[in-house]
Amino acid sequence: MSEQKTLLEVKGLQVAYGGIQAVKGIDLEIKQGELVALIGANGAGKTTTLKTLVGMVKPAAGTIIYNGEDSTRIPVHHYVSRGLAMVPEGRGIFPRLTVEENLWMGAYYRNDKAEILMDLERVYGLFPRLKERYKQLAGTLSGGEQQMVAMGRAILSRPKLLLLDEPSMGLAPIIVQKIFEIIRQIASEGVTMLLVEQNAKLALKTANRGYVMESGRITYADSADALLANEKVQHAYLGE
Amino acid sequence: MDIFIQQLINGLVVGSIYALIALGYTMVYGILQLINFAHGEIVMMGAMITISAVSILSGSGVNLPGPLLVVAGLLVSIPITMLLGFTIERVAYRPLRKAPRLAPLITAIGISIVLQQVAVLIWKNNPRSFPDLLPHASHDFMGAVITDLQILIVVLALVVMGGLLIMVEKTKLGRAMRAVSMNQSVASLMGVNINYVISMTFVIGSALGAVAGVMVGANYGLAYPTMGFMIGLKAFTAAVLGGIGNLAGAVAGGLLLGIIESVGAGYLGPITGGVLGSHYQDIFAFMVLILVLVFRPSGLLGERVAERA
Ligand SMILES: Nc1ncnc2c1ncn2[C@@H]1O[C@H](COP(=O)(O)OP(=O)(O)OP(=O)(O)O)[C@@H](O)[C@H]1O
Ligand SMILES: [Mg+2]
Repeated sequence: MSEQKTLLEVKGLQVAYGGIQAVKGIDLEIKQGELVALIGANGAGKTTTLKTLVGMVKPAAGTIIYNGEDSTRIPVHHYVSRGLAMVPEGRGIFPRLTVEENLWMGAYYRNDKAEILMDLERVYGLFPRLKERYKQLAGTLSGGEQQMVAMGRAILSRPKLLLLDEPSMGLAPIIVQKIFEIIRQIASEGVTMLLVEQNAKLALKTANRGYVMESGRITYADSADALLANEKVQHAYLGE
Repeated sequence: MDIFIQQLINGLVVGSIYALIALGYTMVYGILQLINFAHGEIVMMGAMITISAVSILSGSGVNLPGPLLVVAGLLVSIPITMLLGFTIERVAYRPLRKAPRLAPLITAIGISIVLQQVAVLIWKNNPRSFPDLLPHASHDFMGAVITDLQILIVVLALVVMGGLLIMVEKTKLGRAMRAVSMNQSVASLMGVNINYVISMTFVIGSALGAVAGVMVGANYGLAYPTMGFMIGLKAFTAAVLGGIGNLAGAVAGGLLLGIIESVGAGYLGPITGGVLGSHYQDIFAFMVLILVLVFRPSGLLGERVAERA
């Protein structure tokens, strides 16, 4: 794994909303094929970090090198064609589009229709529930089904780096298991992932490595196993 | 003659024109939550430019059958109104996209006045008669009269509206428009260029407006630089009646408003004992607007699918 090339390198990243500093100078490094967890309390700056990585928020300082290129100065709608996809916090599905239309939105930038249809079938294979409901308006789905739509939509963009913002939020344990099964499966297919989670234990058990964020700063960066074994992390985030 | 059937026919004709214009309001509202008050002036420009283009063409000895001459006029006026719609958004609305809602509303009214005055400068403040180029033989229909022109207007309006609905429901651009109207930031995450989609919305709405303008001109036999205000306000009312932001609502609201207005005007004299004549028909549109705003502000089809978190 350590021989893999670096896909994302963040240095000294700072982000502010008006006068409020949400991210206060963080470094991140993600190698090709890794599944990295980013955990931390409410308001730590995790969502802000992800949004900055996909250009939805512009950094106040620092560099983001993605796939060998500076990626802070391109318009938001150019990120996805470079292989950066995000499943946003709260899922961000299009409520009055059907399930299938939502999935097609994931492939919006692509023109290879035959391949898109193949990917669509693959997503329906991962989430048979969505296939049953492909004509239903996404806003009428259950929370778990909406999360599946959001993940399926991201898969249809054929990401190289997939950012997941709290995919387990508000879901019943059995659905959370299902979602994490899919996360592991996508990872095993070679997609690099950065996973933000409140459910820190589950996230670290799934990930190779992890970062802990506290009020805008990275306080721990280590292998997932080391973080799981770290007493301070256990005490603060793992409820032990 | 059957007054009711006659007014129903007239209402359907006017209503299908309102519907075309209302679509322009509702498309923009759906995406930007902005009432593009300048849209009535786009309709006016469509009518005036077509009249001028037709008169220049026939004046320069182009010898085409009447309907083709009108088509040629439309081929001039539609691209110009599209460009106007595009420019209005660029210049007047885009810089204010993050401003408080009142700001773009005020520039919308400003743009509307500017366009009206430009039209007065170009064409003088006089009605222009719409050249008599389209067929208008009349036919008996269930005790009333319907003309070829009326049939043409309704059929063309239905075809154009059908085309728009297919575009919105079935094409990639249409899907992107709907996605942008629901969640701009996620749509841009999917690779949608929001500015492009917004521009296209104005461009398409303006093309529909130009066609509607020509229909207004042909239906009443004249057009004038200040006509945009009233026709715009009526079509806006139709959009609100149907549920602003909802395309099917705009169509239903337009047709319904045309019919209410026309049937109402037909009976206004008898109802008021001759105090108010049918030229008071405009009060129906605004009574409808007030009633809808008071009793059902979301409009007839304005109910939305519950959005679960
Ligand atoms: N649009 C915004 N405008 C102003 N402040 C914001 C905005 N978004 C986030 N913040 C602030 O930035 C800080 C970090 O927020 P962020 O959403 O990144 O935290 P988070 O780690 O994702 O929290 P959570 O676990 O609750 O999702 C918070 O203090 C928050 O109030
Ligand atoms: Mg968050």
